[in-house]
Amino acid sequence: MYRYDALDRRLVDQRVAEYRDQLGRFLAGRLSEDEFRPLRLRNGLYIQRHAPMLRIAVPYGLLSAAQLRKLAHIARRYDRGYGHLTTRQNIQFNWVKLEDTADILAELAQVEMHAIQTSGNCVRNITSDEFAGIAPDEIIDPRPFCELLRQWSTFHPEFNWLPRKFKIAINGAREDRAAVAFHDIGLHLVRGVNGEPGFRVLVGGGMGRTPVVGSVIREFLPWRQLLAYVESILRVYNLHGRRDNIYKARIKILVRALGVEAFAQQVEADFTHGADGPALITDEEFARVQAHFAPPPYAALDDVPLPGGEPGFLRWAARNVKPHRVPGYRAVVLSLKPTGVAPGDITDRQLDLVADLAERFGFGEVRVSHEQNLILPDVRVDQLPALWQQAKATGLATPNIGLLTDIIACPGGDFCSLANAKSIPLAEAIQRRFDDLDYLHDLGEININISGCMNSCGHHHVGHIGILGVDKDGDEWYQVSIGGADGSAAAGGRNAIGRMIGPSFAQEQVADVVARLIDTYVALRHADERFIDTVERVGLVPFKENVYRHVQPPQRAQREAAGVNAGVSAEQRKHQHELT
Amino acid sequence: MNAPDTLLPLLPTSRVLTRDGVFTDDPWPLRATDARSDGSDSIDRIDDSEPALLPLAAYLAQPQPAVHGLWLAPDDDPALLATQLAGHLASVPLIAIQFPRVADGRGYSLAHLVRRLGYAGDLRAIGEVLVDQLFMMKRVGFSSFALRADQHDDDALAALRRYDDAYQAAFDQPLPAYRRGRRVQGASR
Repeated sequence: MYRYDALDRRLVDQRVAEYRDQLGRFLAGRLSEDEFRPLRLRNGLYIQRHAPMLRIAVPYGLLSAAQLRKLAHIARRYDRGYGHLTTRQNIQFNWVKLEDTADILAELAQVEMHAIQTSGNCVRNITSDEFAGIAPDEIIDPRPFCELLRQWSTFHPEFNWLPRKFKIAINGAREDRAAVAFHDIGLHLVRGVNGEPGFRVLVGGGMGRTPVVGSVIREFLPWRQLLAYVESILRVYNLHGRRDNIYKARIKILVRALGVEAFAQQVEADFTHGADGPALITDEEFARVQAHFAPPPYAALDDVPLPGGEPGFLRWAARNVKPHRVPGYRAVVLSLKPTGVAPGDITDRQLDLVADLAERFGFGEVRVSHEQNLILPDVRVDQLPALWQQAKATGLATPNIGLLTDIIACPGGDFCSLANAKSIPLAEAIQRRFDDLDYLHDLGEININISGCMNSCGHHHVGHIGILGVDKDGDEWYQVSIGGADGSAAAGGRNAIGRMIGPSFAQEQVADVVARLIDTYVALRHADERFIDTVERVGLVPFKENVYRHVQPPQRAQREAAGVNAGVSAEQRKHQHELT
Repeated sequence: MNAPDTLLPLLPTSRVLTRDGVFTDDPWPLRATDARSDGSDSIDRIDDSEPALLPLAAYLAQPQPAVHGLWLAPDDDPALLATQLAGHLASVPLIAIQFPRVADGRGYSLAHLVRRLGYAGDLRAIGEVLVDQLFMMKRVGFSSFALRADQHDDDALAALRRYDDAYQAAFDQPLPAYRRGRRVQGASR
């Protein structure tokens, strides 16, 4: 993975000093809350429901063992012993103290980490394929381009005050594992007519209140021009994106208002100034960055089949072990989705243990997936049984990757001040309903994505089953959609926004609703047909009818009269966490 | 276009900080004219004996070369800069770009465009100019800053010096880091 040179280190150190000064001025009353807010957000610090939340950047999902141990230390020393992995491959701590935040950033800088631009209206963490560099279906390794874009976007002076947040993803494989079509800029690495690398460029995708599948504005952009072209897109957006309404400020609204062609023309007009300029990536710079992603010293092994073993191992191997381009190696997904734990949560002890596993069963590197799991990228096939034993002992071997219980969820209303709804207890209720492993494996790949509010941090729009928490007059309700697709193989390679099945439900009904959706699928599916394919084939109606025949959304008045409880409180949840 | 009320709270500031960290007195009164909206009114009433900052439409209507400076607001049409202003840039004594709110970042791109058109004179940030914006303003091409009156001098000077390098090309450093000599791996702190 990328290691800092003197420049990288100096800039991060200077950023820590700047933030420490800003925090000091705020605490001394020389910066108002309104003035401090955008400054702290650009250093990952939110003020949340119970305590500040610090979101730490994990550039395109890559972590070293040393970084994991530092995160474990931060969880122990400054938080309550756990962190939360996000759908943007970052990690959040939900209980830090404002006064400690500069010290935390200084500690992170020691291991080449930071929280720069993990929030605020600026370019956020670049996301990518968690199997980059090891996937058999890879066309071009996206990681050097991710790093080049990371550096370009870090403190870009022109684009620090955009109309709204800005998210970029790069995918370099045949399968889209980065949900490229749902980003402000989505980049597919492709080969040109002479085999040279380049990008198919999409703009204006996104989730949120107005979900949109991105549009192609360039079929082929030569790789050297990546930074110059992205700069032109950002410039057109910065000048013309709406600033009068936060809900219409994303680039997708501008692209829609201008039309894709007119938007592309404006970008190309600006690009004439930069196309041959200093932002062109040089051979030397590409080689320097690429060298950081050179393959580790793999052993020369025969491509052996997976070893046999007890049923538990075989089940785990079937779901959590993924192919690798090097013979004799596999990638292993460590599940952070056991029932009863918030999806994506990881304790300090687990962080330390994953660091140990990464060194014992690999080359000291770990990946964060946007599905909120961790990946050991380079495990020898003959060591899989030993790894399984150790992962199992630390609660990281739930054999459910890609299955219904591998739920994507934002932290929700237990933590986030934006959320209307409590996504975490909901996830747990669904997981408890589907506790039969054989049945789960029979159901196959089903993505359930839960967002606590319209900001869609839980990516509900692209869930095969999507669940969205909404607030109606102070009550929590849940909208359910089906048929969302994020472009991955599990979604049949399709990109689609899920469609709502009908009126929303009370929290305690949602697990029933999911069960009815699954019953419908089981009744209608063809042999080996995935849930998402059945939805595609038969449409919404059979699912909708079966759900509403059995589960009636309560009238609001009844609900109020019944005094429906909102569920487990955050204080109770914290307590549970401290016990686990 | 944004509501014109974003222009109102601005007071003319005579004390400015230069990009080199020098505080100096350089008053330029702002001359709001009706010409901002339709380009037709009030223009011949502007008194050339008292140099002032004029909105874009009023500025373009002045006989050139003008003694007046140009006052750009974030919603000024960037296309007009290239088509109508480019020919006058050599004679403009001062261009001031207004920041009605810290969060309104259009001024950074306007500064980039003005510099890209070849403007070499003083480019001033006015309005909600706070110390924590100075470094990036300097990078995109601003050469002086009319800071909001409550900002501390020491904080401003520290902010200008906060970073001693950057990754990207910008006006203050026309080459990105990777075109300025070899970046050496492993040089430690």
